[in-house]
Amino acid sequence: METFWFCVIALLWLGYLFLEGFDFGVGMLLPVLGRSDAERRVLVNTIGPVWDGNEVWLLVAVGATFAAFPAWYAALLSSVYLPLVLFLLALIGRGVAFEYRGKVDSARWRRVWDRVIVTGSWTAALGIGLLLSATVFGMPLDAAGDRVGSPFASIRWETLLGAVAVAGYAFVHGAVFLSLKTEGDVRERARALALKVAPVALLPLLVLLLTVQLRFGSAWTWGASTVVALAALGAYGRLVLRREGQAFALMGVVVAATVAALFGALHPNVLPSTLDPAWSLTVAGAASSPYTLTVMTWVAAFGTPAVLVYQGWTYWVFRKRIGTRHIPQVHVP
Amino acid sequence: MDVLDLARWQFGITTVYHFLMVPLTIGLSLLVAGMQTAWVRTGDRKYLAMTKFWGKLLLINFAMGVVTGIVQEFQFGMTWSAYSRFVGDVFGAPLAMEGLVAFFVESTFLGLWIFGWDRLPKKVHLACVWAFSLATIASAYFILAANSWMQHPVGVELVDGRPRLTSIWAVLGNNTVLAAFPHTIFGAFAVAGTFLVGVAAWHLWRRSDDGPVWRASVKFGTWVGVAAFTGLAITGDMQGKLMFEQQPMKMAAAEALCHTESPAAFSVFALGDVSRPDCENVKSVTVPALLSFLAHNDFTTEVKGIEDLVPLYQEKYGTNYPVDPKLGELSGKPIDYVPNLPVTYWGFRLMIGFGGLAVGAGLLVLWLTRGGRTPRGRWFKWLALGSIATPFLANSFGWIFTEMGRQPFVVVPNPSGVDGVWMFTARAVSSSTPGEVLTSLVALTLVYGVLACVEVFLIRRYVRAGIAGVLPARKPDDDAESRDDDVLTFAY
Repeated sequence: METFWFCVIALLWLGYLFLEGFDFGVGMLLPVLGRSDAERRVLVNTIGPVWDGNEVWLLVAVGATFAAFPAWYAALLSSVYLPLVLFLLALIGRGVAFEYRGKVDSARWRRVWDRVIVTGSWTAALGIGLLLSATVFGMPLDAAGDRVGSPFASIRWETLLGAVAVAGYAFVHGAVFLSLKTEGDVRERARALALKVAPVALLPLLVLLLTVQLRFGSAWTWGASTVVALAALGAYGRLVLRREGQAFALMGVVVAATVAALFGALHPNVLPSTLDPAWSLTVAGAASSPYTLTVMTWVAAFGTPAVLVYQGWTYWVFRKRIGTRHIPQVHVP
Repeated sequence: MDVLDLARWQFGITTVYHFLMVPLTIGLSLLVAGMQTAWVRTGDRKYLAMTKFWGKLLLINFAMGVVTGIVQEFQFGMTWSAYSRFVGDVFGAPLAMEGLVAFFVESTFLGLWIFGWDRLPKKVHLACVWAFSLATIASAYFILAANSWMQHPVGVELVDGRPRLTSIWAVLGNNTVLAAFPHTIFGAFAVAGTFLVGVAAWHLWRRSDDGPVWRASVKFGTWVGVAAFTGLAITGDMQGKLMFEQQPMKMAAAEALCHTESPAAFSVFALGDVSRPDCENVKSVTVPALLSFLAHNDFTTEVKGIEDLVPLYQEKYGTNYPVDPKLGELSGKPIDYVPNLPVTYWGFRLMIGFGGLAVGAGLLVLWLTRGGRTPRGRWFKWLALGSIATPFLANSFGWIFTEMGRQPFVVVPNPSGVDGVWMFTARAVSSSTPGEVLTSLVALTLVYGVLACVEVFLIRRYVRAGIAGVLPARKPDDDAESRDDDVLTFAY
């Protein structure tokens, strides 16, 4: 039961990284691919109807961690405190920016919010990478699960690598997503950019997986890491052939296998202590009671399929590619 | 200040702030759903104008509610990790349910509603706004169930010194949440109703275009407000009675009732300082025996005062904090079981007072605008705009009262529950450094302050623009055939 919930939480992170991954990417690419305001509006509108729903995956991942593994939730969030504050500020900023950038017809107003979107997207992607790698590589925890030492204990080369890995993945993922969701010039440039940067931008992810593998890996996480590399190559090849949909799906495989490798390497720990392995938080030790996990299982069993259905429907409703010709004139007070 | 004070300030600021957006979202989303239903059923353009106008204000507000809500989900782990470990088996479940069952629906269907105008069939589009607004209410239920458990822990047993969930139904059916939920929802409708009245009355005063839209909004808002206020009084009374039973100290603190009285009088307002050393000298205007009635539905029963309650608490939960370096300055110190009396006493009164002002202002505006009239004096403008703030203040003071009234506990002991299921707030904080919490407190407060200005600026702008700002005037040649189908009806 505990291991089942460990997998559920991995799945929630997978959903989050896959969905908000491209949201972050779109935000990062705003100044790169959006040359005019109409183009920037194309970019923002590819995620307009869905970004908020995508972000709920994070809230549910964190909420489910609280419910199923309170000790994990408490130790991780309190020990990675300052980076999380920055991460939250970034999420606040970019969320508000999406909603507000078009509410006043002024170039200056939009420029300010565009900056918030770009900075917020980079910061949030880096932050989530740092948080995830901190839980995989561990924190200096004492026997009670409290952090010992500096507030900057979460900032080490491994976690910085994790931060860059997730940001790099989001950048490429966003470009692939835009090549799938836009038309005309933006689509061409998104595709060209993805092809140009992918070899460099996905490299940190592979280095991260290799590091995790060498330190914690087992035979089957080798498999997962290999899938990541193969899927990334496949996505590249599909994109070369202009099969954007397949490339995007393969980016999904990349993130799924990444999550599998990271959480697979983490198991049976949920948050290792870098001071003493005996103090590491484990799946069994951090979990809630069987009754609570049963309750949560019922909720998830009914809730998750429903979420997938209506979120899938949303993507279906807004499935059309968007180009500058679709963008209506600004009509705001 | 130590980590405890900083963490409490941070939680207070971020939560009160978050709860400025939440009730307006809850109340307004349902009212907008009602307006859109009226439009779909009658085809009357007035209702379309109302839906678009109030819907736009709803969206501006909703964005802020969402982003400030994210902080809440993280905050328990970040600054209250000891609390999270202690209650995790129980408290996390309703939070996770809120996300999975309610918040997903809310955010997905809101996206569909915003971008789905003219793209979805009319009735499906209408269903989206209903799904969204009902989900906001479901959200409120789960969050309040979690909060009510802190006020009145039920459905648990004590295992290894930690509460362990034995019945989720007991937690979701806690009589505390059954009273707190309707009270909060009625509070949300009071906010939304007054918002409608205030904004629409201002437009009437300005002689804006679309008079019928504003008159309909005043009428709708006032009746929503009156109904909400009635509901608030009834559920507030229910809550009061539960509180006397479950948290006697909180209710004594609400009255700054020093000595046990029988029958006990209700204090309408007090002159002088109600904090404890002066408790004896406070001149208070009272209604005899009313407090006994509020507590027990009977004008004669005894109501326990603070002085008599303190020894009972000391006997049960100790006189001193344990000696523990984690408690910082409080380690080994006597426990103060009395909440901050000026805050609880005045918070309680301001909640009721501002709530009454809100409904009074609404009724006054409705009467002043009867039969097509509109006062011309500037005072009417200030009445309209001033009334908007009152239910927000009432909500904030209500929450400040109920959360500060349970101190020094974060999980209040349930007098008829399992022994040992309670926690001092001082015990609940993380072992963070004061520097960390101070950084986040300052950063969040600054960002929230800037965003408050932005939101008010935008709302003002859209309010001023009126219907023309959201619904372009219909041109004669603007029929369905001539419109370019490729252009999105709505885009950011």
